[in-house]
Amino acid sequence: MSHKTLTEKIFESHLDREPKVGEVVVVDIDFAMGQDGTSPLAIQKFYEMGGKKVLKPEKIALVIDHGAPSPNEGFSNLHKLMRDFAYEQGIKLFDIGSGICHQLIPEYGFAGPYDIIVGADSHTCTYGAVGAFATGIGSSELSAVMLSGKLWFKIPASIRVVLSGKLPAGVYSKDIILYLAKLIGADGATYKALEFDGEVIDQLSVDARFTISNMAVEVGAKAGIFPVDDKTKLWLKEHGRENVKDLSIDPLANYESTIEIDVSKLEPQVALPHRVDNVVDISKVGDVPIHQGFIGTCTNGRLEDLEIASKILEGKQIHPKVRLIVSCASKSIYLEALRRGIIEKLINAGATIIPPGCGPCVGTHAGVPSDGENVISTANRNFKGRMGNNKAFIYLASPATVAVSCLTGKITDPRRYL
Amino acid sequence: MIIRGFAHKLGDDINTDYIISGKYKFKTLDMKELAQHIFEDIEPDFIKKIKPGDIIVAGKNFGCGSSREQAPLVIKNAGLSAVVAVSFARIFYRNAINNGLPLVECDTSNIDDGDELEIELEKGIVKDITKGFEIQINPLPPFMMKLLQDGGLVEHFKKYGGFSIE
Repeated sequence: MSHKTLTEKIFESHLDREPKVGEVVVVDIDFAMGQDGTSPLAIQKFYEMGGKKVLKPEKIALVIDHGAPSPNEGFSNLHKLMRDFAYEQGIKLFDIGSGICHQLIPEYGFAGPYDIIVGADSHTCTYGAVGAFATGIGSSELSAVMLSGKLWFKIPASIRVVLSGKLPAGVYSKDIILYLAKLIGADGATYKALEFDGEVIDQLSVDARFTISNMAVEVGAKAGIFPVDDKTKLWLKEHGRENVKDLSIDPLANYESTIEIDVSKLEPQVALPHRVDNVVDISKVGDVPIHQGFIGTCTNGRLEDLEIASKILEGKQIHPKVRLIVSCASKSIYLEALRRGIIEKLINAGATIIPPGCGPCVGTHAGVPSDGENVISTANRNFKGRMGNNKAFIYLASPATVAVSCLTGKITDPRRYL
Repeated sequence: MIIRGFAHKLGDDINTDYIISGKYKFKTLDMKELAQHIFEDIEPDFIKKIKPGDIIVAGKNFGCGSSREQAPLVIKNAGLSAVVAVSFARIFYRNAINNGLPLVECDTSNIDDGDELEIELEKGIVKDITKGFEIQINPLPPFMMKLLQDGGLVEHFKKYGGFSIE
């Protein structure tokens, strides 16, 4: 078998033999991560398994991001459990203010091509943007990795997603992945890996690729992997990973199916409540008043996203009936956004900046909507109750669409405002 | 393993946020307490409508969304005995087996709310006792059946000191 999928190439590098789709293998894990919604249970299970010392503490990170800083005593006690465990075990702990796990892991150089990474968070698939096979696991499996350094996988079949054409102004990687969700549905890639190909990849920054890989799980995929190019290599070098190996896609590999998307014809996309795959072209959304906007999250809280929003909002005021909440995906993004004047522009336009973290997206704190309100968010999920109130309505869109909608007070096509 | 109970029918794409909302699961590791809020966002008072041993029956893509292992734990702690669905999302699938919660993948279109079911996991059969028909199930992969029979991943690790298939 000379033609291999990205997934097969990555697993081959760990098995030292050709993997077969569908076979169950146990491999060494290159890095594992847990956040504050999943690590406390993993710590409990670690001890239940008879664990005393974490086998490879240098390959684990725990991140306090879902409720950071703690909104209540329950959270506080679970955070303490994580801090104590990390200290005792010599594990890297990213405490409050550091940022969101899925930004921190690649930012600190813990993710790169050919790595097999697991995280006790479903959006761990984000690191596929830099050529890793990365996937979400539960708490017990994180415990197993902490104890043994290994995990079992069923080698998934792969779907090749070919992105062709040229992205129109006002249409972004978020719109591509929302469109894919519309195309194949919330279970369109269950148990499978998505692998991205096509000329559009060159047009996407690494930040933009993270957005696409991040939402692979929203169509059920186990991973969402990009090939490695010069942009990836430069990004990795800037984040402490040098001399990485090439990882290129082979269209002749045994892909289960191929999905072709011509992005030239794409409009901005919006996911309507309460499903991520309930996606429509923005021209079909109709008149939807907005009460709160949210720019941030592991999907769209990166520098490029904040910059797009600040350019739209610069020198303007958001609609008087709208609140806009902004959260940078990490401390370093926050600092760079401050240096570039992005944060000042956002605040002057009426935005409220909250600490780097997940808060509003998962309904823990810092932006729970009221009954009957409509929220437009750059997040990856709009399930009923997701933001902490099951009587609110969440719409998902790109940072540009969110920023423009906050100006006009209703869901608005950003292309008219660029 | 034979499981007997009454069906509670839910739809397609039941995500783990619906099984247990984030606003509760972040606060505690007490699964009995969390179980009081099971399916609350889509069916208020669900916990009051179930009896020990009852079975969740759903459509496709059950357990999609977040990786929270609290989801299968809350189902177990609510006293439910199994989930029967057309298909499962992969992280939930692993999490459920890792906690000894039996999952059955099969066509559920002819099962109605309130039907009495009997599941024979090893034989790969679901019987609808109320209506008198049998459904063939997609069997668990052998390694996952072993994990389930061991009682979950913690027990498996205690027994083998690691993954038994290395």
